[in-house]
Amino acid sequence: MAQHRKRPWTFYVLATFFALFVLFLYGPMLAIYILSFQGPTGGLTFPMNGVSLHWFQALFEQQRTGDFSGSFSRSILLAFLVMICTVTFSVMAGLAFRRRFFGASAIFYMAVASLVMPGLFLSLGIGLIFRVIDMPTNWFSSALGAQLTWSLPFGLLIMFAVLSRFDRSYEEAARDLGATNRQTLQYVVLPILFPGLIAVALFGFTLSYDEFPRTLLTVGPGNTLPLEIYAMTTTVTSPALYALGTVTTVVSFAAIILSLGSIAIIQWRRGGRFRK
Amino acid sequence: MKVPSSVVPYIQVAPLALVLLVFFGIPLVTVVVVSFFDYVNFQTVPAFMFYNYEEVFSSGLTVTLYLTMLKYSVIVWLITLIVGFTVSYFLVFHVRSLLWKIFFFLVCTVPFWTSNIIRMISWIPVLGRNGLVNQTLMGLGLIDEPLDFLLFSDFSVIVAYVHLFTLFMVVTLFNSMARIDPAILEAAVDAGASRWQVITQVVIPLTKTGIALGSIFVVTLVMGDFFVVKIMSGGQSSSAVYAMWNEIAMLQYPSAAASAVILLLVVVLMAAAILRVVDVRKELSG
Repeated sequence: MAQHRKRPWTFYVLATFFALFVLFLYGPMLAIYILSFQGPTGGLTFPMNGVSLHWFQALFEQQRTGDFSGSFSRSILLAFLVMICTVTFSVMAGLAFRRRFFGASAIFYMAVASLVMPGLFLSLGIGLIFRVIDMPTNWFSSALGAQLTWSLPFGLLIMFAVLSRFDRSYEEAARDLGATNRQTLQYVVLPILFPGLIAVALFGFTLSYDEFPRTLLTVGPGNTLPLEIYAMTTTVTSPALYALGTVTTVVSFAAIILSLGSIAIIQWRRGGRFRK
Repeated sequence: MKVPSSVVPYIQVAPLALVLLVFFGIPLVTVVVVSFFDYVNFQTVPAFMFYNYEEVFSSGLTVTLYLTMLKYSVIVWLITLIVGFTVSYFLVFHVRSLLWKIFFFLVCTVPFWTSNIIRMISWIPVLGRNGLVNQTLMGLGLIDEPLDFLLFSDFSVIVAYVHLFTLFMVVTLFNSMARIDPAILEAAVDAGASRWQVITQVVIPLTKTGIALGSIFVVTLVMGDFFVVKIMSGGQSSSAVYAMWNEIAMLQYPSAAASAVILLLVVVLMAAAILRVVDVRKELSG
């Protein structure tokens, strides 16, 4: 039907605008990925002086560019911790919000406030508390909590969106067939919500992996990767900085492709089964 | 053991509520309390005084800082709104296949899941004196000397902000627009509305909630920004948050806390002003 309708001239104007927007989004990023393969004598801008992996090697020489391997593994571990907590806590909270309970709107507004809170404010507050109770800040304690104040609200909002599309009659059917609450959750609700859970996991992982201001004053003795990158922007003036950018982006893209890919496969298989 | 069903929601919401209480609620209160404390020789001393606030307000620097940040947020808000609206409008009403719609939408959102710092730095080789833009313009013979205003200026700060934050507008506006029944637009056209009238009198009123949510994101993100102004202006200007960071680095926690409270009040006032227009909770649950 719509396929054969002639497109209005505005379509072409808007399509051009959209293409330019995509170029604006990805163009500069592409530039630094290309520049990270700069030859050993190359500089921070084009043209390329040969092609090499020199600057990636430079990353692993600790003295020159700071503690790359340490901060990298710390960031990955922390991101996994945040991801697991975010998925578990937001799914539970999402299920709770389907019913009316005392304090529901207070918790909702706290989550929204936590989302728009300037990150360094929280960082300062958490840092001060750990000072008062005389506990050392560390990435797996204070920084984990600080990052959760950022990822949990996102997780909760995604769960709202996911659950608003969830048909409760599946649950009722399971109960009618004699399933216990636990069985209903395990065999009916969670499998149906699974693509949504992957989306929450993606947010949990990447929001933590790239978090900066909340981590700044709560991370303790060892840096996470974004803090390391920030330090590098002022001290390192070589393409090693771009190499680091390429490496972190590869990790982010791996997470994105893995999660979006599995969501797509699940949806496709479900579509197929329903059609038969 | 059987848990009474009225207790279940409390158990389910407890972990999230506890984390938010301990790592958001208590720190918030702590910062407010400490903002009234005294500090002597880099040591924070409990007290109740307004000196930290007087100090912040009496400094002309604070006013300049906030005016700069306000200027950036208004400009960035306008640009992201126009760009985000146009992009979402195209995706929702002009891209016909659902698959392409989802694909293009993901293309717009993927950068959100990558590092902000790296995305910001990526403008340096593009806008720099020997950067791509200058090289291209000079290669085309349009200019003889590299343009200096491109990098480490207000211009590059705004470009970086727009680059980082437009997707918040795209996501919220796309979400709102996707809920509009296309039949309403057809009805407007049948009733004789021009393209422009359809946008101003039908689409914009129906996407009000999306506009409000996107605006809150963009405005609070710009106001709460830590490093974009600092790095992209080449150290010439600084953000409110960066000023706070300097106080923390000098161990002046009470005065940093006072700056933090003022910043929070400004952000809350801006968000509240936007919320006066729309009930966001209705939008999210509806």
